[in-house]
Amino acid sequence: MQIDFLYWAECPSHPQAWQRLLDALDALAIQAEVRRVEITTDEEALRWGFPGSPTIRVNGQDIDPAAKRLPARLTCRLYYRDDGRPSPLPPESMIRRALTAAQAREQPLEKGN
Amino acid sequence: MLEIGQKAPDFTLPGVDDATHSLAALLADHKAVAVIFSCNHCPYVRAWEDRMIAIQSDYTARGVALVAINSNDATRYPDDDFASMKKRAAEQGFNFLYLRDETQEVARAYGATHTPHVFLLDSEGVLRYRGAIDDSYEDPASVEFPYLRDALEAVLAGQTPKIAVTDAVGCTVKWK
Repeated sequence: MQIDFLYWAECPSHPQAWQRLLDALDALAIQAEVRRVEITTDEEALRWGFPGSPTIRVNGQDIDPAAKRLPARLTCRLYYRDDGRPSPLPPESMIRRALTAAQAREQPLEKGN
Repeated sequence: MLEIGQKAPDFTLPGVDDATHSLAALLADHKAVAVIFSCNHCPYVRAWEDRMIAIQSDYTARGVALVAINSNDATRYPDDDFASMKKRAAEQGFNFLYLRDETQEVARAYGATHTPHVFLLDSEGVLRYRGAIDDSYEDPASVEFPYLRDALEAVLAGQTPKIAVTDAVGCTVKWK
């Protein structure tokens, strides 16, 4: 599994989001290649299709399906918790769902090999 | 940056209510004014927005005005333009003033660095508290230190807030 953790240092939630990602990987016992990428300019935001900090992609897919509608730009990213509250942090449940889904997609391939 | 004990610079800015508001007029009518540099697009502001509404609601009768000021560059962040501010205020039912600082002069005069960034003034316009609204942007149920509410209680009682300065946590002000 490949994971990209994209962040903009001006948004202070990225260390907590990073920890949530590591905790989720640990809890689900998932081995993954995790790449941390700091986005520093509008040009980089465009190049990476970065919709805001933090952004987590699992095997190239954003953990939040709503990300497809977001423009690329240097900004802090808005998430919604399961209770509907806005938050600058991706909820643990969203991270886990994305990891579990990616794991399920990978397993048939692994069995086939 | 405006320091505790300093008199806050006056301002006159347009609001989403299509009226113009000055700090001097607000101070004349209130026992305390909480100036909060804010905006539309920032998720930290969004997370705290309902608490801003609750604070205004809880303290209106006690002579407190909460004034949100959006100084962000709306060219790079179009969600923060005046039309979008009006829309946001209407959608969320803001019960506080929401003003546009197009030139960013007010944000610079106060030394605002983040959204949200609170500057609580007493009735003389002197800064009594500066920083965050409370200590948990993500979850109101997890708040241990309601900084702004505690500071308001102190100021309304004519006392010095026990915690006068905290770090502002949020998005950076988007300068032109």
